[in-house]
Amino acid sequence: MGGDAAGPVPNDQHDFALWEKRVDALMILGSARGHFTVDGLRRCLEDMGEQAFEEMTYYERWVASVNQNLIEAGVYSLEELGAKMEEVKARGDTYGSAQDA
Amino acid sequence: MPHDHHDHDHLSPSGHPYRQDNDEALTYWQTMEIAIRELLIEKGEVTSTEINAQIDAMDARTPTNGAKVVARAWDEPDFKAALLEDGAKATKEMGFDIGPMNLVAVENTDDVHNVIVCTLCSCYPRNLLGLPPDWYKTREYRSRTVKEPRKVLAEFGVNLPENVACRVHDSTADMRYIVLPARPAGTDGWSQEQLAELVTRDAMIGTGLPLPAS
Repeated sequence: MGGDAAGPVPNDQHDFALWEKRVDALMILGSARGHFTVDGLRRCLEDMGEQAFEEMTYYERWVASVNQNLIEAGVYSLEELGAKMEEVKARGDTYGSAQDA
Repeated sequence: MPHDHHDHDHLSPSGHPYRQDNDEALTYWQTMEIAIRELLIEKGEVTSTEINAQIDAMDARTPTNGAKVVARAWDEPDFKAALLEDGAKATKEMGFDIGPMNLVAVENTDDVHNVIVCTLCSCYPRNLLGLPPDWYKTREYRSRTVKEPRKVLAEFGVNLPENVACRVHDSTADMRYIVLPARPAGTDGWSQEQLAELVTRDAMIGTGLPLPAS
């Protein structure tokens, strides 16, 4: 990535969406609980490979990395995650409606 | 005029466009965020209050923190020496704790201009500057700043003379940088509060310069 050719630096700016701020908060709180370090976060980002950096947004990569670290730390299992994601999806079609009531 | 669709209809109160994905169908990754958050709460790892407090704390950190540090360094030679010696320690004593990371302050002089980047992702001195601007995280900035920094700086309106060296600092997970810009001329006798007004976010990243005294 560093040193690759690329176009002009885009200067648009957006407000962070609530879900993105929450991912950020989960990263800080998860590491404050001792489940992973910022190095662990970075390792997963590096392991994703170049394609993830082309196709996923910034916080999408982060949530994937936080998840990987929490599973490795044994905070919850892949099965628990899968079941919870199905439960969330069943609640609604938008981010707002998928929140626990 | 409820049926008019001017551009400002799509801007948030801060003047920035809303991200499309706020309004679109629930994504896989958003589903994962909700699931992780709820699992952590169910297991007693975190509370929703802690999450909200963390978001509030993050929103409260802005480049005015960094501006206070820079203004103090301009005004107090001892503090400047301490900042250049150990940035994490010096800024922690001002109440801006960077945690376990190292903070390296790099000084702009007549001969050297510094600029910071994180080629991998977005490492950034958040304790002093808040969350990074979008462009800092873009592929374009991350790729090109290490390859053609003068050209990137020119796009930001900073045209470095040939005789000024350009040093690029690539941040890492545990090593963050902040640029200590050169004090603008004509500010002798100014208070630290007045000086801080001149210190822009981009001046501390290196993609800008402090405002002139005028």
